[in-house]
Amino acid sequence: MRLLVISALPLLVALLVLGVPAFRGRRVPVALLAAVALAHLALVTSLWLAPEPATLGGWLAVDPLGLTVLTLTSVLFLVTVTYTVGYLRREPPSSGRVFAGCLMAFLTAASVVSLAHHLAMLWVGMEATTLSVAPLVFLRRDRRSLEATWKYLVISSVGIALALLGTFFLASAQVDVPGRPLVLPDLVEHARDLHPAWLRAAFLFLLVGFGTKMGLAPMHTWKPDTYGEAPSLVSGLMAGALTSCAFLGVARVTQVVMAAGLASFAQPVLIGFGLLSLAVAAVFIIGQSDMKRLLAYSSVEHMGLLVLGLGLGGVGAYGSMLHLVNNGLSKGWMFLVTGNIVLATGSSAAAGNRGLVRTLPVSAALLVLGLFAVTGSPPFGLFMSEFTILRAAVGSGHPWIAAVILLFLAIIFVGMAGLVLGMALGEPEPGQVPVRESAWLVAGPVALAAAVLMLGVYIPGPLHEVLARAATALGGTAP
Amino acid sequence: MRNAAQLVLLLVVLSDLAVLGTTRLSSCIRGIASQGLLLGLLPLLLASQVSIHAVSLGVGTVIVKAILLPWFLNRAIREAAVRREVEPMVGFIASQLLGALAVALAFAISLRLPMPATEQRLLVPVSLATLMIGFIVLTTRRKALMQVVGYLILENGIYLFGLTQTESVPFLIELGVLLDVFVGVFIMGIVVFHINREFDSLDSTRLTELTD
Repeated sequence: MRLLVISALPLLVALLVLGVPAFRGRRVPVALLAAVALAHLALVTSLWLAPEPATLGGWLAVDPLGLTVLTLTSVLFLVTVTYTVGYLRREPPSSGRVFAGCLMAFLTAASVVSLAHHLAMLWVGMEATTLSVAPLVFLRRDRRSLEATWKYLVISSVGIALALLGTFFLASAQVDVPGRPLVLPDLVEHARDLHPAWLRAAFLFLLVGFGTKMGLAPMHTWKPDTYGEAPSLVSGLMAGALTSCAFLGVARVTQVVMAAGLASFAQPVLIGFGLLSLAVAAVFIIGQSDMKRLLAYSSVEHMGLLVLGLGLGGVGAYGSMLHLVNNGLSKGWMFLVTGNIVLATGSSAAAGNRGLVRTLPVSAALLVLGLFAVTGSPPFGLFMSEFTILRAAVGSGHPWIAAVILLFLAIIFVGMAGLVLGMALGEPEPGQVPVRESAWLVAGPVALAAAVLMLGVYIPGPLHEVLARAATALGGTAP
Repeated sequence: MRNAAQLVLLLVVLSDLAVLGTTRLSSCIRGIASQGLLLGLLPLLLASQVSIHAVSLGVGTVIVKAILLPWFLNRAIREAAVRREVEPMVGFIASQLLGALAVALAFAISLRLPMPATEQRLLVPVSLATLMIGFIVLTTRRKALMQVVGYLILENGIYLFGLTQTESVPFLIELGVLLDVFVGVFIMGIVVFHINREFDSLDSTRLTELTD
């Protein structure tokens, strides 16, 4: 019952907001948004405390992988909603109803993806995440956001269409095999009986399809444009939560492929996409002149690290799961802080944004701290997860992969540091005066930063256990 | 019934090629509307006996793919008052040759595939051909609206492949897929309308402000 409520509640409220004309303006939609976010997180937390049986004939169920993504989404959503309160006071969108409705529709879609144990249902949810976010990218209604929305829609839709074909291939692999069709536990249980040729094809199509949504290179081209043009809080939600859902899609098929004993086929493909994404990110981060586009390429980098961890296996799978959490939280943090800069100065470009420590002291401090967190410096959580992935590379007998990863990470650090420090330090532009930073706009990033810092020092026992079980399901081990 | 299904599948390939060779936007939309109608017939023709599942899938497909979406796309052209030519980047004859090549390739590939257990052996090659032709339309036409048409053809190809698996994909899911496609094309249509208003053209190659 809780699973149904988690999946359906945001959608029902979204329909209410979109459908009832009395909910014009922004006060009521935002209040409903906050109520939904709180209720969602409360229900998700209750899943950690008391287990819940599968519902809908095994289509909706909780497992460690899904629970990780669901919790991450729910936390990020709540933080984004608190930020929204401050944001809408400064920059009201043309339609508060569309804004709140689409955000809640996204929450439903992401919850369905996280809980779906029927892979076609997972697809339906994934496509819904794309569609629910598209109107939010177009929120500013100018030429640039129009172009970004179009690219995002076309590239994501084609990508996800390929994932649907991959899902049908998986059903073809399952013909004459016992078990409910496309239901995950049954697929995993009888994985060794699946038709290997169809399974391989399914893996490739699902990886490319959901990889497009993750933003793995070379399917990442929509990402800088979309994250650059969407309102920062939407970009944060996309980079933190939506990409995690897409990764979950990749992880699901990896689960089946690993159980089928096709690791030697899948692993090199995953490693290849991972290294390519790191390389592309490194090339485009150097010389980048816009903070939001920089973060988009940083997201490409971290998506690459996620599939690298999966591909390396062993403790790498645990590293990936931990990195998923770290990356989600830190991307939310960075995009919200960037949002503060855009609100204050009207632009996220490096040109014209200097000396932010003087004009926006809290946000600038968070930005600089975030630079170190996102690039994987100790003591932040991303250091731990990246270190675990590197350990997996060395442990699996590929020290050269570890060396290549380190090289790219170093390049990315230099590129990001150049831009971020250039914006934060120095003398402010003439005419820029200190801005009062509202608590609503700062509380969210501070909370996320605290969480990322904590994960670098101490991983709570229940979280470790869930991540370890997720890693085992992915054919890996816990450290 | 088997022969009828075969005939319908051949007509699907013809409608693919027709879209590739058409010069007018409205004819392209008629092309995909008739393709939608053909796709709606297939679940009934392929089913061993008439079931509620097959009937509702067919009816749903016809409503969405043959009626609602073409009507909506036509409206988008009318409202935006766009020029009616397709404006391909690759000529019509060249595109049709490419399309023919895609059909040949689709048959060659599906001969090598371990076939899913289906009565209808034409289904997989026609699905692959439709898929590839969708890609051709998507990549070789300038107009944003034609990219929507290309996406729909691509999606139709996947739908055809899905028909080999009707037993394993429950109706609720098929409904979800249809709904997603519908909403997707609906949003794309709205964006197309705005593109025309902002840029005074539906030419997606003009969308070049965002670069590194």
